[in-house]
Amino acid sequence: MPKIIVEVMPKADLLDPQGKAVANALQRGGNKDIKGVRIGKRIELHFDRPITDADLADARKIGDEFLSNAVIEDVVNVTVEN
Amino acid sequence: MKIGVVTFPGTLDDRDAARAIRLAGGEPVSLWHADTKLQKVDAVVLPGGFSYGDYLRCGAIAAQAPVMQEIVKKANQGLPVLGICNGFQVLVESHLLPGGLIRNEHQHFICRDQKLRVENVDTAWTNQFTLNQEITIPLKNGEGGYIATDEELARLEGEGLVTFRYLDVNPNGSMNDIAGLRNARGNVVGLMPHPEHAVEPGFGPDTDLAMRSGVDGLQFFKSVLNALVSA
Repeated sequence: MPKIIVEVMPKADLLDPQGKAVANALQRGGNKDIKGVRIGKRIELHFDRPITDADLADARKIGDEFLSNAVIEDVVNVTVEN
Repeated sequence: MKIGVVTFPGTLDDRDAARAIRLAGGEPVSLWHADTKLQKVDAVVLPGGFSYGDYLRCGAIAAQAPVMQEIVKKANQGLPVLGICNGFQVLVESHLLPGGLIRNEHQHFICRDQKLRVENVDTAWTNQFTLNQEITIPLKNGEGGYIATDEELARLEGEGLVTFRYLDVNPNGSMNDIAGLRNARGNVVGLMPHPEHAVEPGFGPDTDLAMRSGVDGLQFFKSVLNALVSA
């Protein structure tokens, strides 16, 4: 199925409590070389037809305005998988 | 005076908000997330809870609900709107107030009676307080850490938009101890703590006088009734 994948990450300079909790668990599990974890979101927009440039432009807009909040997050990647 | 209380899927404190409005002398009107008309209410309360299960981000999906389109339009024309907890998150996601709210710094859900300082009384929801009055109302949230860019924070402080500040304890890592904000016009106010849970003796926070006798939250709802009468 053709899809647009939008990836959202918490801003780099912002505390990511989820990532911190997972990092602590990994440390406890003996993964000493993993120094940090950050957790973001992968959002797939599904289509039942080939994806156009206009769809991609729309997806970028949706990514900036709804799927992420610019105060706390960055859209790091928008890709098409036809 | 009719004050609308919006119920989204996952809202919890709509009944308490309606009760607070009634105790203050107003008439609560239930509004539904799918409503496109506001039933001629004179003000709106966005209550606490976990609208849409906090999916995507707290308040993000509620901000897209049909009723919010109408509330944003009317708020920009001066309709008094109070956002409590999840309601504050909805106001931020609707861009009626700036900044964002993230998970508490210590990663725990917190529930406590919280002391606040009222730093602005020129709003529809705080005009019955005195400037710098210290009040205590319950606080209960998991994602109440207020953040904004440095420029935004400087603007909020410079323009006196910080309306409530945490005292004694910063319970969630909020920047500048910010507990609540108003817009420039003063008709829109949002805060993380819950005034609607401190409106009736026997059910509020403890005070020096007696257990559970705190009713500091009632003044929020009396303020809006006062603002509407004066308008």
